[in-house]
Amino acid sequence: MKALALLTTVPSDAHNWNLIFMQLLLEENGFTVINLGPCVPYDLLASACLKHNPDVVVVSTINGHGFIEGKALITETRKVPGLADTPFFIGGKLSTDATLSHLYAVELELAGYRKAFNGGDGLPDFLQQLEQIKSRKTTLSVLPPPR
Amino acid sequence: MRASPAYFHEFVTRCARQGKLVVQPRMGFSDAARMRQGLQAVAHAPVPSIGTITLDSFTRTGDFTSARHAVANGKTLNGYPIVTYSDDDNRALLAGIRGPEFPVQVRHGSSLPEEIFKATIRAGLDATEGGPISYCLPYGRVPLELSIESWARCTRLFVDAGETYHIESFGGCMMGQLCPPSILVAITLAEALFFRQNGLKLLSLSLAQGTHGQQDIAALRVLRQLGEELLGRDESWHIVFYTFMGKFPETYHGARSLIEESAKIARLGGAERLIVKTVKEAHQIPLVEDNLNALEWSYYSACQSADFFVDEAQVQQAAAVIMAEARFLLDTLLNLSADIGQAMQRAFAKGYWDLPFCLHPNNYGRSYARIQANGYTGWASTGNIPFPRQLVDTTRAASGRLSSGDLFKMLSYNQLRFDAKVPALA
Repeated sequence: MKALALLTTVPSDAHNWNLIFMQLLLEENGFTVINLGPCVPYDLLASACLKHNPDVVVVSTINGHGFIEGKALITETRKVPGLADTPFFIGGKLSTDATLSHLYAVELELAGYRKAFNGGDGLPDFLQQLEQIKSRKTTLSVLPPPR
Repeated sequence: MRASPAYFHEFVTRCARQGKLVVQPRMGFSDAARMRQGLQAVAHAPVPSIGTITLDSFTRTGDFTSARHAVANGKTLNGYPIVTYSDDDNRALLAGIRGPEFPVQVRHGSSLPEEIFKATIRAGLDATEGGPISYCLPYGRVPLELSIESWARCTRLFVDAGETYHIESFGGCMMGQLCPPSILVAITLAEALFFRQNGLKLLSLSLAQGTHGQQDIAALRVLRQLGEELLGRDESWHIVFYTFMGKFPETYHGARSLIEESAKIARLGGAERLIVKTVKEAHQIPLVEDNLNALEWSYYSACQSADFFVDEAQVQQAAAVIMAEARFLLDTLLNLSADIGQAMQRAFAKGYWDLPFCLHPNNYGRSYARIQANGYTGWASTGNIPFPRQLVDTTRAASGRLSSGDLFKMLSYNQLRFDAKVPALA
């Protein structure tokens, strides 16, 4: 079974193109993608997580509110049963100030994201992390069930 | 409360009669003092300009609690939270700046904009923009039906406030890029008919710059002709053109060339107003100074239109295609119901109207657009849109599965074209 990525954004972010691009990218890298589209409220994301139990949650945001809402998003969603260890990534334009976004990235990682990316620089890193998530899923599924 | 004078509409009409293109920035700051400085600076620009108050995303999505919290804690938002500030604050923002020679438009992006309309009227402003389709489908997940109902109520709020209020349809800018011009023309006209059906008199039609100047000029001509047919040949409406809204050139030279071309297209295509971008678009939210620079130099670029070559045969050919498709889309819609709101809902539900690349649950999602070999934006797949066979361009043959790289290349087409002068899509 393919690894499942839940693709989402923060509640106030209305942008589409980043989500369409990210869906194609994730699919090409071997994931089944559920794309929740723009402006996703926290409760919708939480219920989608409960329903689909994703292997990874990818938050793509470019409206500049990522540093505010990204934190609330992970705090809210981590409460969902079974999601405490799911890797979360956030990336895009994290604030309206490019010179401060790297500081916000650290804050977001402290809040629980495995990695927070600014712009496209982190793409190779991100793809590598996706490979790990996929291979871990494969390993887990071929291991004998615990006694 | 006394109705606002029609500053916005009269200013554009007056400039149009004098043959002057009105230029307008995008501008929104959460700090009221900064917002006022921005408006003041634009008011003093030595070109015919209109002020803009762009609202923040919390206000746009109706999350007034977050907007209030951010303002109270001094956090910077991506626009001016007009509903959060008091009416006195909003009036103070405009006092001594807004007037017959400097109208101000509120720009938002909300599918359920009641509170924004009310705050706009209370602030004494007479102009805003958007529409039931254009501020719903590209921007979230509010059901189209609710957006249509809300926009009908909002239109009537303006109508009840007086005859002087103006709404610009944002329908010609759907998705910002990669949308065939025929459906842009059809959507902005349908929204205009919707506003009229709800009693509004003064309005504008929009169109965004695409991937080819000749095709853009053709689309502007079609918009004018269909506008005259459907809205009347009078001064109750005008056309606003938008500098490219997608992935922007990163070099100063490239950004400047793209913006200059948009100003010339606006002029040659007969638009009355232009919404400008700045050379910093690819990098950061522009400073007030960047906006002033862009306004002045867009205006002067538009004035010096002689060096931009209109290929009349090419424009006419492109216009014939856009006209046939747009007319077909509008006829299809108008045949679905006498109530425009109902007709819009049915058209999207059946996939007769289908917006390429739009993720909204109420969009059919089977149509695709692509940039053709000649640089025009066209259809890659028309999905369930029942275009008659003779309208279907043979170059639209199925183009295989779109990869992230293909999409990125199309999204970057204008960036590459102007940064590096790449002649056509490889």
